[in-house]
Amino acid sequence: MIEIIDVSKVFGEFTAVDNVNLKIESGEFLGLLGPNGAGKTTLIKLLTGLLKPTSGAIYIDGEKMSRSNMEIKKRIGVVPQYTNLDKELTVYENLIFAAKLFKIKGYKDKIEELLTFIELEEHKNKKAMNLSGGMQRRLMIAKALINDPDIIFLDEPTVGIDLNGRRKIWDILKGMKAIGKTVLLTTHYIEEADYLCNQVCLINNGKVFKKETPEKLKDDLGIYTVEYFDSEMKTRYEYFKDKNGAEKYILNTEYISYTIRKTTLEDVFYNFTNRKVV
Amino acid sequence: MEVFAVLWREFIFFKRRFWKITTSAIMTPLLYLIAFGWGLGKDIVIEGATYMHFVIPGIIALSTMNTSFNAVAIRINISKLHEKSFEYYLTSPVNTSLLAFGHILAGAFRGMYAAFLIFLISFIFGIKIYVDFYFVLICFLNSFLFAAFGYGAALSIESHYDMSRFTTYVMTPMSFLCGTFFSLKNLPPVVKETIGILPLSHTSQSLRDIVLKGQFDHKSILVLLIYAIGFYFFGVGMSYKEMK
Repeated sequence: MIEIIDVSKVFGEFTAVDNVNLKIESGEFLGLLGPNGAGKTTLIKLLTGLLKPTSGAIYIDGEKMSRSNMEIKKRIGVVPQYTNLDKELTVYENLIFAAKLFKIKGYKDKIEELLTFIELEEHKNKKAMNLSGGMQRRLMIAKALINDPDIIFLDEPTVGIDLNGRRKIWDILKGMKAIGKTVLLTTHYIEEADYLCNQVCLINNGKVFKKETPEKLKDDLGIYTVEYFDSEMKTRYEYFKDKNGAEKYILNTEYISYTIRKTTLEDVFYNFTNRKVV
Repeated sequence: MEVFAVLWREFIFFKRRFWKITTSAIMTPLLYLIAFGWGLGKDIVIEGATYMHFVIPGIIALSTMNTSFNAVAIRINISKLHEKSFEYYLTSPVNTSLLAFGHILAGAFRGMYAAFLIFLISFIFGIKIYVDFYFVLICFLNSFLFAAFGYGAALSIESHYDMSRFTTYVMTPMSFLCGTFFSLKNLPPVVKETIGILPLSHTSQSLRDIVLKGQFDHKSILVLLIYAIGFYFFGVGMSYKEMK
């Protein structure tokens, strides 16, 4: 279990993470959803020991996370937002290097298993610099899994990847979910959080303000959304528990155009913050 | 284990870029030998030896410094700022001191390779120089300390452009002032004493004394060792600074 207790991170006068309290149970697949600059990456860096909290503490299975806590580092896997590969090394060599750093004995079988998992067996002798963006990201995931971690942190793992590549990564992430890994994923792709996560956490301006299942978040707001463009040339949103309520509302409203659709996590986020995620 | 992992990776890098690394390590010393050895210094006798014999130890000192510094500084700089692979180390259960040691040792070996190449070129130029255990040890210490300096320097900067400050204000002045191309004996006492403190001065002087006289001031080994340890801790300290 991961416990984040009263954690803040301040850079000069800017508070990137503001008094966050959060519990992530073992086996949970949690999506941290927020727009750019919301504090997602800073929170991941705090969780992985790359940054030291200005105040508060992080505990992983009861042990305090710090940059020098090797025992925790042996049990986590990290996929950062940017490519962290050795571009001169091949796919296979990148994984050997990761295995050597993690002091894994008999790593050849593990590497073969990972290459199959990420579907890069055919490309194992290619230099990392010659892989497509999606392949590089898959290799990064394999690197993060080299030590068979219990907990995996993924910071925007599909950003900048085409739809096909994104779906392949989603399959890999669903595989992790299926075998019970604890996963914390940051994203600003709504459909990604909706599709993969069994819990979603909303973050804005460094504050985490809601943690629920995606369904519960949408249910609480109302599963139907009336989105209409009014005479003041503004798009407005209203939320309803049923479709009838939504239809009745629009009949009594002045509009230029409207649509009635299912509520998304984007609506939930917008309702809380008045700010879109993407 | 961290040390061997880094050495393994650097060996692959070296193997893959063997010709590029070799040609670039040869180019500058070769130009110095042609310009200062054959050209300018052909008829000069200095400290009782031909200028070629005089200048080769200086060029070896200079090349081990530049090669080891650049080998580490460029790799770490790219790894930190461009490839972003340095952060991977920081989230892995690696001992930061050993990680630094691995990188620095790899850089020192590159410096030693550069020294070996100059030795070969000198041979081709018809110059045989006397090399003993101390000559190798001093070359290694010089390579190690500047690799360590490169490691710390690369981690201390926030942008690629900042790297040139170290080259402009530290490496280039040392290249020309530390007795690599001329004898420090001719300098005014205050300047001589000041420059004499710098590690490259100790390396140049010691290597030259070994080649020309077969003996040198053993105190220089201690000085180079102190610099090596100091820069190593500077590098390790900078690694910790990365985890803000």
